[in-house]
Amino acid sequence: MDMPTTTKKKLGIKEKYALMTRGLDWETTYQPMDKVFPYAKFEGIKIHDWDKWEDPFRLTMDAYWKYQAEKERKLYAILDAFNQNNGHLGITDARYVNTLKLFLNGISPLEYMAHRGFAHVGRQFPGVGPRVACQMQSLDEMRHAQTQIHSMSNYNRYYNGFHSFPEMLQKVWYMSVPRSFFDDAYTSGPFEFMVAIGFSFEYVLTNLLFVPFVSGAAYNGDMGAMTFGFSAQSDEARHMTLGLECIRFMLEQDPDNIPIVQKWIDKWTWRGIRVLTLVAMMMDYMLPKKVMSWKEAWEIYFEENATALFNDLARYGIKMPDCAKQALIDKEHISHQAWATFYQYSAVSNFHGWLPSSEEMDWLSAKYPDTFDQYYRPRFEHWAKEAAEGRRFYNTTLPQLCQVCQIPMIFTEPTDPTQICYRESEFEGDKYHFCSDHCKNIFDDEPEKYVQAWLPVQQIYQGNCFMPDADPTKPDFNPIEEVLRYYNLQNGRDNMDYVGSEDEANFRAWRQTSTQN
Amino acid sequence: MQLDLRTVTVKPLRQTFTHVARRIGGDKPASRYQEGIYDLQATINFHYRPLWAPEYEIFDASRTAIVMADWYKLLDPRQFYYGSYTLARARMQEAAEADFALVEDRDLAAAIPPAVRELALRLYVPLRHLEWGGNTNCMFMAAYGFGTAFTSPALYHAMDHLGMAQYLTRVGLTLGNEAALDEAKAAWIEGAEWQGLRKYVEDCFVLSDWFELFIAHAVVLDGLLFPLFYGEIDTRLAGMGAGAVVTMLTRFEAEWFGESSRWTNAVVKLAAAESEANKARIEGWIAQYLPLARAAVEGPAGIIFGAETAGVVDQLVEQFSARLAKLGITVSAKG
Repeated sequence: MDMPTTTKKKLGIKEKYALMTRGLDWETTYQPMDKVFPYAKFEGIKIHDWDKWEDPFRLTMDAYWKYQAEKERKLYAILDAFNQNNGHLGITDARYVNTLKLFLNGISPLEYMAHRGFAHVGRQFPGVGPRVACQMQSLDEMRHAQTQIHSMSNYNRYYNGFHSFPEMLQKVWYMSVPRSFFDDAYTSGPFEFMVAIGFSFEYVLTNLLFVPFVSGAAYNGDMGAMTFGFSAQSDEARHMTLGLECIRFMLEQDPDNIPIVQKWIDKWTWRGIRVLTLVAMMMDYMLPKKVMSWKEAWEIYFEENATALFNDLARYGIKMPDCAKQALIDKEHISHQAWATFYQYSAVSNFHGWLPSSEEMDWLSAKYPDTFDQYYRPRFEHWAKEAAEGRRFYNTTLPQLCQVCQIPMIFTEPTDPTQICYRESEFEGDKYHFCSDHCKNIFDDEPEKYVQAWLPVQQIYQGNCFMPDADPTKPDFNPIEEVLRYYNLQNGRDNMDYVGSEDEANFRAWRQTSTQN
Repeated sequence: MQLDLRTVTVKPLRQTFTHVARRIGGDKPASRYQEGIYDLQATINFHYRPLWAPEYEIFDASRTAIVMADWYKLLDPRQFYYGSYTLARARMQEAAEADFALVEDRDLAAAIPPAVRELALRLYVPLRHLEWGGNTNCMFMAAYGFGTAFTSPALYHAMDHLGMAQYLTRVGLTLGNEAALDEAKAAWIEGAEWQGLRKYVEDCFVLSDWFELFIAHAVVLDGLLFPLFYGEIDTRLAGMGAGAVVTMLTRFEAEWFGESSRWTNAVVKLAAAESEANKARIEGWIAQYLPLARAAVEGPAGIIFGAETAGVVDQLVEQFSARLAKLGITVSAKG
């Protein structure tokens, strides 16, 4: 063996990384490769050479540990200081805390799901390059779930609505919107998962999800949430690169992959857009100090950035999803429609509802000159008048849900904002309902999957959302209260109006003790 | 002396999350480990079944024959959450890095007799593929295991195996050069002394019960292999003229095994203590895998120990049986 230990040539980063990682795998012979990687082929994606994968980030584990540990040190030091100093009393207004409730209940457990999903594909891809990248993302997603929980743990000590977030994700009605999105991605094949989460979610839509929350935190004096957001930024940049590389890789491997990938991009862009309805409402209605309107965010981050992206992808034969046309119309409406829904149903929600103030309505008029005054202001003013006269409107009829996105049927026809949009399909003798053409298309392509959906309204009516000791035959049986008990939602504390809530009263009193004598 | 700094005190409504309070015996301050793992994995109201495994729910306790009333009993004594995990590994990598730097700067490898250096390369570098296999198997546990208490340390274990595969690559590059990696891979694929190990790992790749896989790879195989390579072989090489150089270059692996055995021990102990059925199942798996693992490690052990191999491996099996006995597990097969 030739072993010149003194005359070694210096290896470049790329070469070194290749040696550290690429040669590690081998073609198994004691067990067939198809049995070792059983899910690599069934989706119809053709991969001829896994080595053509370009590693988007060339991190060896030792470097990963070193950099990430440094970030953790800083993050937790800031969190400790924020908590010790009652940083939560420095936020603009305690209404802001409701955005964090939405985040911890609806998003942090999905970071966890992303971790498990990337662990699954990090085991299943036959190529060493994508597997290592997915494994690191799996680990990062664990980081995000846990740093978010740790950041918001202190809010849970002082405010309602945070206390049972993993349980609420699995039970509370509107939580089925984000949850079914991730369940859908996880249960898809590994390549579709990468398009759903790696590309559509992390690359195309992350600026519309993560960024508004973190910017909202920065605008509203929440250093705790802002810090985990900024600390996650470099991870997110890596994840975006992975998503893009994955698409490029599939498209370059075989032309037969193009229509499959296009179909997934169409599907997951729409699935993502529907979930973002919650963010739209958060930006326009829940932030006391607003960063920008949903419509503006959509124009910058989707219409400008995504258009540029799809222009780049055109050379592979990929085009902008058709659903973007409807989203262009919907950007004027969805935040108002969603907040109006949560206002009506805040008795069964785990965060508070309120009506926009007259200043906020003026801001909305200015931001939505073509729609707000015409379609939405009258509704909010009507409810304000009703509430002032002692008739605060709580809707006690459960809404019909879209079978795919699981959002109540609140969206309007693209051609007529005064008409609710209804679509339906039949499958095996049953009728299914949809909020839009795009959700209907998704169902029609895979009805066997979407008929399985756990729809919260149907589940309540079927009696599946009560505790085992609930007795519907009792004369004083109150179904709404029993559902809240199943949700572990503390009636009168977690739900209903912000005005008059414990959160509001406590925040006012605490702020007084911290700023006055 | 104590300084009495005054701060504005606001009385909290609660100390921790409801699901955490339920598990730690009431509403009291919880650790970041506890808040970071308890009940994170969904267990009910799944929307769809996996297209690729429709016989299971997304997370499904029936993916293993082990039964736990509460999967969050399988706690990690190291209390690793992401932050504490990366900090622990960053400290280890810093020490390992210093050792690699010292060996490289002083060219300590040159002081090793060439035959001994070649022996070290023959022994350690093929292990990088085994570590990649360890990564594959632990990713399976992280992906399909049940309950974050188990699956999150399984992911850390997987990433640690990748890290060790990379450290072993550096051993090859430090004691030899790129050709050493190619030769090691050829040995792993074709060399007679490595085929037992390769077959063992490939057979593990197709197991479907994640707890069985945990026993087969993380407990049994690693339980013989790490003491063999980072104990017995290291000591022997040192005596043959490698001095402390190999010890320094494999410091991470040796430390890792000591630390991470606290986790594997806890899982075995707690799962076996849950029921007689679990204990019998674990003992059955160990009886099944121990002879196979023993035979597999004898291959590379023979490279350095020759006629002494059986004796050395017997001793490892004895140590392993003693370790398991402390966890309440009787090892019936002597291998």
